Amino acid sequence: MSETLLDVDDLRVTFPTRTGLVQAVRGVSFSLGRERLGIVGESGSGKSQTGRAIMGLTPPQAEVSAKKLAFDGVDLLSISPRERRALRGNRIAMILQDPKYSLDPVMTIGRQIVETLRAHEKVSKAEARERALAMLQAVQIRDPARVFDLYPHEVSGGMGQRAMIAMMLVTGPELMIADEPTSALDVTVQLDVLKILDKLVAERGMGLIFISHDLRLVSSFCDRVVVMYAGKVVEQIKASELRDAQHPYTRGLLNCMPRIGFERHPLPVLDRKPEWAA
Amino acid sequence: MTAAITIEGLEVVFDRFRALKGVSLDVREGESYGLVGESGSGKSTLLRAITGLAPVASGTIAVNSKRLGKTRDKAFYRDVQMVFQDPYGSLHPRQTVDRLLQEPLAIHGIADGEKRIERALDEVGLGKGFRFRYAHQLSGGQRQRVAIARALILEPSILLLDEPTSALDASVQAEVLNLLEEVRRRRKLTFLMVSHDLAIITHMCERLMVMRNGEAVETLTASQLIGHRVGEDYTRNLLRASEGFVRV
Repeated sequence: MSETLLDVDDLRVTFPTRTGLVQAVRGVSFSLGRERLGIVGESGSGKSQTGRAIMGLTPPQAEVSAKKLAFDGVDLLSISPRERRALRGNRIAMILQDPKYSLDPVMTIGRQIVETLRAHEKVSKAEARERALAMLQAVQIRDPARVFDLYPHEVSGGMGQRAMIAMMLVTGPELMIADEPTSALDVTVQLDVLKILDKLVAERGMGLIFISHDLRLVSSFCDRVVVMYAGKVVEQIKASELRDAQHPYTRGLLNCMPRIGFERHPLPVLDRKPEWAA
Repeated sequence: MTAAITIEGLEVVFDRFRALKGVSLDVREGESYGLVGESGSGKSTLLRAITGLAPVASGTIAVNSKRLGKTRDKAFYRDVQMVFQDPYGSLHPRQTVDRLLQEPLAIHGIADGEKRIERALDEVGLGKGFRFRYAHQLSGGQRQRVAIARALILEPSILLLDEPTSALDASVQAEVLNLLEEVRRRRKLTFLMVSHDLAIITHMCERLMVMRNGEAVETLTASQLIGHRVGEDYTRNLLRASEGFVRV
């Protein structure tokens, strides 16, 4: 927990639009060790763009700037695209929301995993296949050899998401960014996928950034939570202390969801204040 | 109390796939009834079968004690309206809100359109300012409000809600759920609501049916579910899952 894996200081992402510049991320700072960090906010709060900027997946027309954006001592903003590519998918990996759209539809699951592995390591085809199968086994796919040869459309959402986790973990990354990894899944499947993710992150001692709009889910899964609103961090808090959150936005997010056994009619809604975005 | 929707032994078959395997259900007038289950359990298909959007192979559906045949007449759609899951997909991208709301009025030959549109927009909390905007100029929550306004404009007595908030942020979800409750109270509507989220169903509905693989698992009241007085293991699993992630 002591060593810093990722250091983000004053990160800004700016998009040019027809009506001028729009800052999607406006000065976000946090640091991450080998721990689980949640980033929570509504759509448009800049949480995904923060994750993408770290990964280096910001669209080319947008501009990323920061006082510091360092991964394991490497300044991500000054290295060449080539060096960045070597990091991406290898030491930093990302899981996306919907396996239906983020897996290649015309490539079997096995080939996609092997491709990731062989892009970063010099391994023989046979060894790559072995490691891909072992990885599919690690994400609790019961019949890895069968799933290896299936196309993404032939598997369920939960299975696809496991395959994506397998693909991302096969290179043994040190930092994993999960952008809404379970939002497209059913509640019961959600828990299975989270369990797998939790186990693998703990076993391998990775750092995890878990991006989600579901504050309660994040707080049950992460050690620490960063709450974002309008491109800014409004509060950083330990997940265990979330009940004592100070910021009205955080409290509002916690309160506004219906809960089984707590009758509240009408539900409390967020009363957005302009000064939160200031 | 009279029945608003009575369904008996409903079967829906797509090619050879049986999406609904003999489901029976009765919703009382003025009641809010929930359908829960995972994807593929047939809960949305049930709603679509009622509105005539899914091929009914056998079984009967009666709405307000009138048995439905192969086709639905205009009077049916004045009584029963539906709100879909994805507000990004269910509004015409090249029509203004005004045009969208005119459509059902034109179909049913209703004259006082002007007044109705203003009232519908007021009722869903949007106001006149939104009348001449396009869907892409609205946020997800605002779009879902337009979809609700479009459903309400014909003054139906039954609203079918297919995951009306699952595409929305948690904070916006609360606003839309509150709106739905308020309209229901004011207009004494009957709701048949689909969701995969048990918390939403217990919040909104008095009774519910748990579905799986095109079949009813069990029928419960909301208070039975809250008190964990459930009969089936499947429901218990759903309940556990809805409590969130627990590290073991």
